[in-house]
Amino acid sequence: MLSSPQRKPFSPRAVLVITLAVGVLLFGALFTGILVLTAAIKPVMIAAFLRQVVGVDPATWPHTTLVTWVSMAITALILLTFGAVISGATVWWEMRVSARMQSRIGYNRAGAGGFLQWIADAVKLLFKEDLIPAEADQLLFRVAPYFVMTGFALTFVALPFGEGLVAADLNVGIFYMVAVTALVVVGILLAGWSSNSKWALFGGMRAAAQVVSYEIPAGIAIMVPVLMAGTLSMQGIIRAQGAWPWQWFVFTNPAATVAFLIFFISQLAEGNRTPFDLPEADSELVAGYLSEYSGFRFALFFLVEFGNLWVMAAVLTTLFLGGWQIPWVSAADWTAARGALGDLPGAGWWGLQLLSMLVMVLKTLVVLNVIVWIRWTLPRIRIDQMMNLCWKYLVPFAFAAFVFTLLWQVLLARVPLLATFTGFIMTGLFVAMAALFGRQVKANIAASGDHVDLTNW
Amino acid sequence: MNVTAEQVIFLAFAVPLVAAAIGVVVARSPMYAAMSLVGAFFCLAGVYVLLTAHLIAFLQILVYAGAVMVLFLFVIMLLSLGGEGQQLDRLKQLQWLGFVLGGGGLMALLAWISREVAGAEMAAVGPDFGTIKAVGRALFTTYLLPFEATSLLLTVAIVGAVVVAKEKI
Repeated sequence: MLSSPQRKPFSPRAVLVITLAVGVLLFGALFTGILVLTAAIKPVMIAAFLRQVVGVDPATWPHTTLVTWVSMAITALILLTFGAVISGATVWWEMRVSARMQSRIGYNRAGAGGFLQWIADAVKLLFKEDLIPAEADQLLFRVAPYFVMTGFALTFVALPFGEGLVAADLNVGIFYMVAVTALVVVGILLAGWSSNSKWALFGGMRAAAQVVSYEIPAGIAIMVPVLMAGTLSMQGIIRAQGAWPWQWFVFTNPAATVAFLIFFISQLAEGNRTPFDLPEADSELVAGYLSEYSGFRFALFFLVEFGNLWVMAAVLTTLFLGGWQIPWVSAADWTAARGALGDLPGAGWWGLQLLSMLVMVLKTLVVLNVIVWIRWTLPRIRIDQMMNLCWKYLVPFAFAAFVFTLLWQVLLARVPLLATFTGFIMTGLFVAMAALFGRQVKANIAASGDHVDLTNW
Repeated sequence: MNVTAEQVIFLAFAVPLVAAAIGVVVARSPMYAAMSLVGAFFCLAGVYVLLTAHLIAFLQILVYAGAVMVLFLFVIMLLSLGGEGQQLDRLKQLQWLGFVLGGGGLMALLAWISREVAGAEMAAVGPDFGTIKAVGRALFTTYLLPFEATSLLLTVAIVGAVVVAKEKI
C-alpha cells in the first residue's frame, strides 16, 4: 500500500505540541543531566553514593574507579551534546530575532516558529558530501575543524552552571578558559592556509590578526574581576559577588564597568561576531576561512561559532554579573543545606542547585540575546578601524581600569562600605539609563508613525 | 608490574610528545613542523598538569601553543615558502653536525638520569604547589631579580622591534 505523496499536514496545534515536546524533552534532559552529573562526579559524592545507595565501602570496593571514570565519561558526553544543541538553538533564536529586526518572516516551516529548523539543517549538513579541494593540503585541511572543535569543547570543563554544577572547579579557571580558546585560532589559521585559496587565506590571516590582538585587552580586562575576587577560579569569582545587581562586580567598581565593556567588545571580536566578522566577510571574502569547507567539517565550524555565544555569555555572567548567586541565599545557607559532607545531600540542596542553575541560565540567555541584537544592528567595521579600536582605545583603557582597580582595592580595605555605596549608585544610574533608552525607543517608534507589535511571533 | 593511572596518563602524553618533537625536526614542510610543535607544546602541558603545575601548564598552552604558534604560522603563511626542498643539500653537513651534537646531548642526559634519578621516588608536594599563589610568591620573593631583568629585557626587545620595523618615528 503506497502512501500518498501529498501527506496531510499536521494541524497547527499538533505542530505546537510536537515542537514543545521536543524542546522540553531535549533541554530538560540535558539540563537535568548537567544538574545531576556535574554535581555527582565529585569524589565525595561518588563515595557517599556508593556507601548509601549501593551499600558498599568505596575504599575497598574494586569498582570505585570504574564508576568514577564512567560517570565522568557520561558527563563529558552530556556537556558536549549540550554545546551542540545550544549552538543549534542559538542559530534558531538568532534567525528569529534577525527576521523580526528586518521585518521578515524568518524560520517558520519546521515546527512551531521554525524551532525544528536547526535539527533539519544539521541532518542535512551531515549527509552532504565531504568535499576536499584537490589543491588543498589533504591532512591539514581535514584536521583544522578538530582544532576549532577541541578549543570549544574544552571550555565546558570549567564553565559553571550553578553552585556545585561545574565539571571541574580549577584553581586557574578563567585562565584555563582563555588558554584553551586560543586553540580555535590555530584551527582557523590552519583552515585558511590549507584550503589553498586566496579567500580562505585572507580570512585566516584576518582572523589570526584579530584574535591575537583582542586577546590582549580581554586578558587585561579579566584581571579586574580577578583582582576584586582574589582568585582565578570561576566559582571563586562568583562567590566573591552577591546576588543583587548592586553586589555584582560590574556595578561595585567603576573600573569594572569599563572592564566589562572592554571584555564584551573583545569577546565579540574573538568570536568573529559582527561588527568584527571581517574574517568571514561574505561580501569581500565569500566566506573567509570556511569558503572551501562543506558537509560535516563546515558544520563543526558553525557549531563552534554559535556555541561560542553561550560560552561568551556564561563567562561574562561569571566575571561581572554575579553568576548563579540566588537572592537571600548566603554561603552559610549553602553549607547548611549540604548537611554532613560525607552524606548525599538532601532535596533542599538539590532544589537550591536547580535554582542557581536557573539564575545562571537566565542571565546567560539575556547576555546572549544582547550579543544577537548587536550583530543585527551594527554594520561591519573596516580592518584598520578594528585594529585602531583595539590598540589605541581598548588596550590603554584596559590598563587604566587595571591600575584603578589596584588602587580601588587598597581603598576598599580601608572603607569597605564604599563598594555597597558605589553599587547602589551605579545600579541606579544603569536603571535610569535603561529607562531613558526605553523612552527614546518608544518616542522614535511613535515619531515614525509605527507601533510596537508583538502579535506576529 | 602494577600500572598506576599516573603512568598511563604520563605515557599517553609522553609518547605523542616525543613523536611530535621528532616531527618538528624531520618534517619537510615548515607548516607540518609548526603543527608538530603545537602538538608537542600540548603534550608537554599535559605532563605539567601531571606534575600538579597547573598554572605553568596553561601558560604553556596560552603563550606557546596560542600566541607564539599563531605568530609562527603567520610568518610561514606570509612567506608562503614554495621550494623548501632546494636548500636541503647545502645543509647536509650541518644536519650531520646537529645529529651528532643532539644525539650526544641525549646520551649524556640519559646517562645522568639513569645514574642520579632512576628509581628515586618523587618528593611529595604540598597542596599549594603549582597554584598561582605559590608561583606568584616564588616569583616576587626568591626570583624577583630574574623576573625584573626579564621584564627589562622584554621592554628592550619591544622598543627594538619598533625601531627596526619603523624607519621614521
